[in-house]
Amino acid sequence: MTTSVAPHVSRTKTVATQGKPGLSRKQREGWAAALFLAPDVIGLTVFVGIPMILSFVLSLFQVSGFGQYDFVGFGNYQRIFADPVFMSSLRTTLIYVFVLVPGGFVVSLLLALLVKQKLPGVGFFRTAYFLPFSISIVVVALIWRFMLDEQVGVVNQFLGWFGIPPQAWLGNPNLALGTAIAVTIWVQMGYYMVILLGGLQDIPLEYYEAARIDGASAWSNFRHITWPLLKPTSFFVLLTSTVAALTGAFDMIYVLTKGGPANSTNVLIFYIYQQAFQYGEYGYAAAIGTFLVVIMLICSTAIFLTTRGGRFSYGD
Amino acid sequence: MATETLVRTRRKMRPATVAQFVVAVLVAIFALFPLLWLFTGGFKTQTEASTGAFWPAHPTLDNFVFIFTQVPFLRYMLNSFFVSAIVTVVALLFHSMAAYALARLRFRGRDTVFVLVFSTLLVTAPVILIPLFVIVRELHMLNNYAGLIVPALFNAFGIFLLRQYYITIPKELEEAAIVDGCGHWRVYWHLILPLSRPILASLTVFFFLANWNAFIWPLIVIADDKLFTVQVGLQLLQDQVTVGGGANWSYLLAGSTLTALPTMIMFFILQRRLVESIKTSGLKS
Repeated sequence: MTTSVAPHVSRTKTVATQGKPGLSRKQREGWAAALFLAPDVIGLTVFVGIPMILSFVLSLFQVSGFGQYDFVGFGNYQRIFADPVFMSSLRTTLIYVFVLVPGGFVVSLLLALLVKQKLPGVGFFRTAYFLPFSISIVVVALIWRFMLDEQVGVVNQFLGWFGIPPQAWLGNPNLALGTAIAVTIWVQMGYYMVILLGGLQDIPLEYYEAARIDGASAWSNFRHITWPLLKPTSFFVLLTSTVAALTGAFDMIYVLTKGGPANSTNVLIFYIYQQAFQYGEYGYAAAIGTFLVVIMLICSTAIFLTTRGGRFSYGD
Repeated sequence: MATETLVRTRRKMRPATVAQFVVAVLVAIFALFPLLWLFTGGFKTQTEASTGAFWPAHPTLDNFVFIFTQVPFLRYMLNSFFVSAIVTVVALLFHSMAAYALARLRFRGRDTVFVLVFSTLLVTAPVILIPLFVIVRELHMLNNYAGLIVPALFNAFGIFLLRQYYITIPKELEEAAIVDGCGHWRVYWHLILPLSRPILASLTVFFFLANWNAFIWPLIVIADDKLFTVQVGLQLLQDQVTVGGGANWSYLLAGSTLTALPTMIMFFILQRRLVESIKTSGLKS
């Protein structure tokens, strides 16, 4: 039962003076709603809802060749834990998330605090920082592959001025993951900066004025005013960037390293793609997908608890 | 005494501002340099692209000529444009219809429908990639435009933002129209849609960019290179020209420039709108 229906309106039949006879206004509204909702509700059911359920069902089957499905129960899940590539992929994913999310957050927050200042040309700086986000990850990954190339890349030329020897940024298993994280931060910093700046601008100026009268330092301003009042925005940024790190890394990894070298950048979302579309292992890939959903739920819950769901009160 | 304090506070403030300004400039260089490197690179010759020279000494259009004559890059761009435009228009129509029903109509089960629609927001596309692929294959939409377009239409994000917007429209407007004998479709089409122009404009930018930049779905759903979108085509070009280690970067940079150009132009024209929509999506969730 919807609580928003005002009973005195819906029960008065006299309101239905126009339209088809025999249908009350309430009934007509119900039919109209069904028609208005039909395209999206059917679409979301077929292309989001059913796949969600099917994902789990599929994970219980071993798929061999085209269309041959064998029920294996939880066999795929047992296989996961015996698969060394999966284990290394899980480790890579966790490192990726736990470096990228806090690292990116700190960078974006510092940028937001910077462009909140009344600097000359601050509009230009805001636009400049946001600009990388407007181009596709495929293009971003290509530019950086070019700039990070061991022989011709401008990054090594630049570091050469300081006497640093050329590095194989994407070819060295010890460097590749860190490089991929740095490039990702470069793309995303402006996007999260915009969101955090919005949050900073929503903090009433009176709080800072009151603090100034008390002679508070910049740090205590941040600790006692900015940080607590920014919590809802921080919660949103941390949550979306975690989900993006877990599931959205595909484009970057595919173009930048294809999971290599030596699987050092093979994050779970890329491993799912490999299993499904290179080896045709749909069932096994779906099992890894389910596992990824579980990780996502754990991370979301952890963020929810640490930021208390982004709730705050002005009274504190 | 008074002037002395003034001077002292000025001295105290200025270095901080200067330091912040210097940091701001350095970060701007860090943000913009790769983009400039990309654009100038497309006009460099193959040998020059691999040197450290910033501006091309002898700017050339050869790379662009190659991209258009030796690779069906124009075709890729038109495919992307076609798919992005159709998805944007149809998705906005469907989403605004659904949002109208959820915000303005009273019917049984409205809250349930809303919660179910909203919960699909928590499902991110890559996680349901494989079952989605299986469904699309069963519907015979692999390797055609339908496969690129139809699954991309349904995203609760647009419904949610439009609904939030529609809730704020005063009720009196449509009550008057209904008393005058308007059906719900006419209220939606002649009243609600014109009123929602600003948010539809923001969402147009958002949807077009998202679809133009889409990569993983076009990559798996299309096998025929006539149907490649520009992102997949560019990646394919990379695989072609980097064979044997001797990458011809100038071709790739020209292709990347062309791929990035439409979104950059859109960004500059609609920057404020885009930033506003990001802010609202970030804060109202």
